[in-house]
Amino acid sequence: MKAYSAWNVFLNGLSGQKGWTRAWRDPEPRAEYDVVIVGAGLHGLASAYYLAKNHGITNIAVLEKGWLGGGNGGRNTTIVRSNYMMPGNREFYEHSLKLWEELSHDLNYNVMFSQRAHVTLLHSPAARDGAARRYNTMRLTGSDGELWDLPTLKRHIPHLNYDADARFPIIGATVQPRAGTARHDAVAWGYARAADQRGVDIIQNCEVTGVDRCDGQVSGLQTNRGVIRAKKVGFAVAGNTSRLWRMAELGKLPIESHKLQAFVSEPLKPLLDQVVVFGVGGAHFYISQSDKGGMVFGGDLDWYKSYAQRGNLPLVQDVAECATSILPCLGRVRLLRHWSGVMDMSMDGSPFLCKTPLNNLYLNAGWNYGGFKASPASGWYFADLIANDRPDPVIANHTLERFAQGVNIDERGAGPDPKLHG
Amino acid sequence: MLRIPCPFCGTRDHSEFSYGGDASVDYPALDAPAEAWLEAVFQRENIDGVQEETWQHLHGCRMWIIVERDTRTHEIHSVRPAHPGMAQTQSPERGPADRS
Repeated sequence: MKAYSAWNVFLNGLSGQKGWTRAWRDPEPRAEYDVVIVGAGLHGLASAYYLAKNHGITNIAVLEKGWLGGGNGGRNTTIVRSNYMMPGNREFYEHSLKLWEELSHDLNYNVMFSQRAHVTLLHSPAARDGAARRYNTMRLTGSDGELWDLPTLKRHIPHLNYDADARFPIIGATVQPRAGTARHDAVAWGYARAADQRGVDIIQNCEVTGVDRCDGQVSGLQTNRGVIRAKKVGFAVAGNTSRLWRMAELGKLPIESHKLQAFVSEPLKPLLDQVVVFGVGGAHFYISQSDKGGMVFGGDLDWYKSYAQRGNLPLVQDVAECATSILPCLGRVRLLRHWSGVMDMSMDGSPFLCKTPLNNLYLNAGWNYGGFKASPASGWYFADLIANDRPDPVIANHTLERFAQGVNIDERGAGPDPKLHG
Repeated sequence: MLRIPCPFCGTRDHSEFSYGGDASVDYPALDAPAEAWLEAVFQRENIDGVQEETWQHLHGCRMWIIVERDTRTHEIHSVRPAHPGMAQTQSPERGPADRS
């Protein structure tokens, strides 16, 4: 496996760029592994990578029912930020952002992380005060945050709808300059390649169909490619966590599966240098421009529970209304495609990275809207949890028991209704 | 667009409705133990398949209904009033509610 470098591109150029090998192997599953991770999405792949890198565990399989990056890893709006306020979350997401900053070098794979700033528009003095509190709290844990007044915002993004008679006139913005976007497929491929280099078996088209239990442990996983035994098992299958949980006969979870749509327009000349978020009244909208020029944007959930990776039209209209209300210049831009992913929506909007009732089974789930940006830290802390069989203090409250203990991590203050934690 | 056959108004677009949630959840008595409330408020079956769920015809008759729907295909199998007693008060003999 060759390292990706300018020198190797040059050397391979002498032989017509024919010397490159595939980025990861396609191994047959073995009968037993030290650790089996179910789900080769960003979280599963990152977990395998950090298990190998940080903890020296390399006898690992990552099982994927479809193809690598075919789930939510390939179905998101690629926003990376750490503007969280609740204890636990803010340390977690800030650690994730720090990992993002070094990720391309770490993986020897260009994930095209672009720290272009994340700009949340403000529309009232009360919203500004609330946002100032949030961003000041973030700064206490070392995240960056700024408050922009209207002239500063206009200087940076001149073409928003600043009309005084807009339904929600813009009065300023909170900004996280280190936040930005990354190339989602590259993150999956980069983690897969780096994990594979360290000996991890990534097994695609391998669907778990049953979970064998014995003496309070998972003894093996039934798959369409035979039984695979494992000393430790991690579930990282956001969207389908409840299905796998039922296979393990573990009952109910504080999770509902909802679908979230995202959209991309036809490519445009450079128009928007930042990630812009618009959320006031009933609106919820976030937009950035990809390196190919497409406007990438999204909004709310479709509001009803679903396992179908298929969005519905009322939300398309809703999101289009948001788009034209803050960026009227998009009015005649054509939509290129839209897609929908299945979200693990948890009861308080925060994830689960925890032990389970079975003592060699670990759970990575409940990512709501926040899974993409979280993937490096999710893998980092999940690997630590699996390797050491105890949670790091940062994720100490990201358990299934937190609702019984009254330590909900409800970032939005929306209460126990999963569809409201957007 | 889902098309939901409201028992009172006839078939309408789902954008007229507001989604409630899992209709299998029964809230316990107010003095029930905390575990029973924990179960009702936080724990979900999260069915992948046919489930019963509540919807409210918010921009129509404002009645709550129970919809049997497949969460994998969005196909609707049946719809019935969530409060049958209240439904009777809305019957054509009693009032002008049947506008289908």
